[in-house]
Amino acid sequence: MRSFGAALIKDLLLQWRGRAQIVAIFTFGAAALLLFSFAIGPDSLALRQHSAGFLWLALLLASTLSLAESFEREVEEQALEGLLLLPAGPRGLYYGKAIANWAQLALLGAALVPVMVVLYDAGTPRLAPLLGVILLGTAGLSAPGTLYAAMTAQARARQTLLPLLLFPLVVPVLLAAVKATSLLILGDPMGQVRPWVTLLVAFDLIHWSLCGLLFDRVVED
Amino acid sequence: MIAVSAAGVCRRYGRRWALADVSFDVPEGACVMVTGRNGSGKSTLLRVLATAIRCDGGTIRILGHPARENREYVRERIALLGHRSHLYEPLSAIENLAVAARFLGRDRRRATLLARLDEVGLVDRGDDTVQTFSAGMRQRLALAHVLQQEARVVLLDEPYGHLDPAGFLLVDRLLERLRERGATVLMATHLLSRGRALCDRALVLDAGRLVFEGVTEGMPEPDGLAAGSAFGEGA
Amino acid sequence: MTGLSGRAPGAFVALGVTLLLVGSYWGLAVAPSEVFMGDVQRIMYVHVPTAWNAMLVLSFAFVCALFFLFNNAWKWDNRLEAALEMGVVLSLLLCMQGAIWAKPTWGVWWDWDPRLTTTAVMVFAFGGILALRAFVDDPVKRAVWSAVACIVAYVDVPIVYFSVKWWNSLHQMQSTPETVSSAFHWPLRINALAIMFLCAGLVALPARVADLRLRSEMAPPLPVGRLVPAGTPLPGGAQ
Repeated sequence: MRSFGAALIKDLLLQWRGRAQIVAIFTFGAAALLLFSFAIGPDSLALRQHSAGFLWLALLLASTLSLAESFEREVEEQALEGLLLLPAGPRGLYYGKAIANWAQLALLGAALVPVMVVLYDAGTPRLAPLLGVILLGTAGLSAPGTLYAAMTAQARARQTLLPLLLFPLVVPVLLAAVKATSLLILGDPMGQVRPWVTLLVAFDLIHWSLCGLLFDRVVED
Repeated sequence: MIAVSAAGVCRRYGRRWALADVSFDVPEGACVMVTGRNGSGKSTLLRVLATAIRCDGGTIRILGHPARENREYVRERIALLGHRSHLYEPLSAIENLAVAARFLGRDRRRATLLARLDEVGLVDRGDDTVQTFSAGMRQRLALAHVLQQEARVVLLDEPYGHLDPAGFLLVDRLLERLRERGATVLMATHLLSRGRALCDRALVLDAGRLVFEGVTEGMPEPDGLAAGSAFGEGA
Repeated sequence: MTGLSGRAPGAFVALGVTLLLVGSYWGLAVAPSEVFMGDVQRIMYVHVPTAWNAMLVLSFAFVCALFFLFNNAWKWDNRLEAALEMGVVLSLLLCMQGAIWAKPTWGVWWDWDPRLTTTAVMVFAFGGILALRAFVDDPVKRAVWSAVACIVAYVDVPIVYFSVKWWNSLHQMQSTPETVSSAFHWPLRINALAIMFLCAGLVALPARVADLRLRSEMAPPLPVGRLVPAGTPLPGGAQ
């Protein structure tokens, strides 16, 4: 328990110090949103219909940068090893890092919403549910993402490995989050958002427990 | 009581055995010099003893407890000064110590942490980020980090590396304090005459094998680094 | 595999090939055409057994991963690697078979059918683990990480399936023997058994190859050494 609190504070502090990086990642996400619209063309109706997909794709791409960065600091001077030797419980370290990553991704997601609204005319009065979907979706990205970032930070070709391993795994998150976001933006006459949200919750529960259990094996030699 | 006991310890990297069948005992309170040529396995040995890396064969017991089964117990009582500093670059010196103190459940007040920095001569740079530190300063901070753990077994890998002459004296003083406290120290170093003066026992490694274990007086001279040579040591 | 005798994998492959020839001949030439879809439907005789076996092999991989994490025996890592390779190959075959079936039936190569889409995701998920193995040099880390990744990927498969299913559904009903008339049972079962034997043999052989490769990668066991007494000259020369 002490490990978790200490780890969370440490990770939030590291993120605060690295906030210039977050701005850069946000810019990357916003640029991606712009580029996606070029792929469709200036058809505002089509753009609005696909806005949810673009938002989550941009967030997914940005998440690989954010997650990889979160472990750069841990391995460059073997700080993570230093913590494990104190000793610090690996589970606490995992949850601290995963929650800090979640916070960062949720912030990114929320920041990209206005960009989406402007570029695709994809506003919605249901802002609170939208933020709720962003919270659940980014939680689903963060749990396996933190586990795999820890792994790939120690391997070669880490830039390619993280997206390669992560993307197939988070397909359910992408599907559910896009569908739910789309329904919130375009209208949901039959009340279909709930099953998608349930799927997100199930995914999050499963992965937050499973990845926490497995983290120990990934960081210990 | 035997503080560190190694029996048949092996560790490989790929096809190479970095440590091959190393066995020795270190009594509690002893100060042991670990030496040998570059690549002989000194760092690997210290890291395996600290449980930072796994042991591919043999057993290690720290203060009577087997390292593989009681990893947490061993880690609570051991501290490692490694080749990498175990520090967070974007955080300041004080913040790095505070992070560790939080995990250890130790006193985190600014005054206490500043006192620790004072012990290693970094009190003026407490709020600067580690990114701005020179190699010698990182070494000093890493030493403070180790001391903060108040471990019973302290493993130091080249503590004198990167340090200026004042730093050498600092390490000498810290070693004395550790001995007064009754801690067991294993120190890997190339500074033979310094090591002989401060340590009562020596372990000599060559190509992963232990070729000497005993009191420092009896240890052989590895080639290439004669004791007392002006080029081999600092002040 | 160290458990099987040396000739068993070869025998399995031979048996599998024989059964496959029998079952395929039966399915392609002897069994009647299906009412609605005609001859294209005959691909089911290979497609359905391939699907069953893909799930079987990947489930075996999952079991190997669990066993390895619990008892750290190398044989489980060797089997895991072989099972992953076979699983990825079968999944790729499934996607190709699905495309071959979809084009004349629906007019498109890919119909976003839930099962096939899940299979495509599985190709990437488990193929990614094989890629991970290529980039990790330390055998122990490689084994632990692939076991971890395999567990996470396998647990994810049903979630992927359900999410894609809700997202889109236009595939025909699951073709278990109950929904298929009895004329189709036997060739299906024979082929299923055939592919299973083939797989068993073709997993055992790469497992053995992986085992041999591992032995050459890792240092041989040490001969027990003796402590050299003080005063003995060191190998480098000097006093």
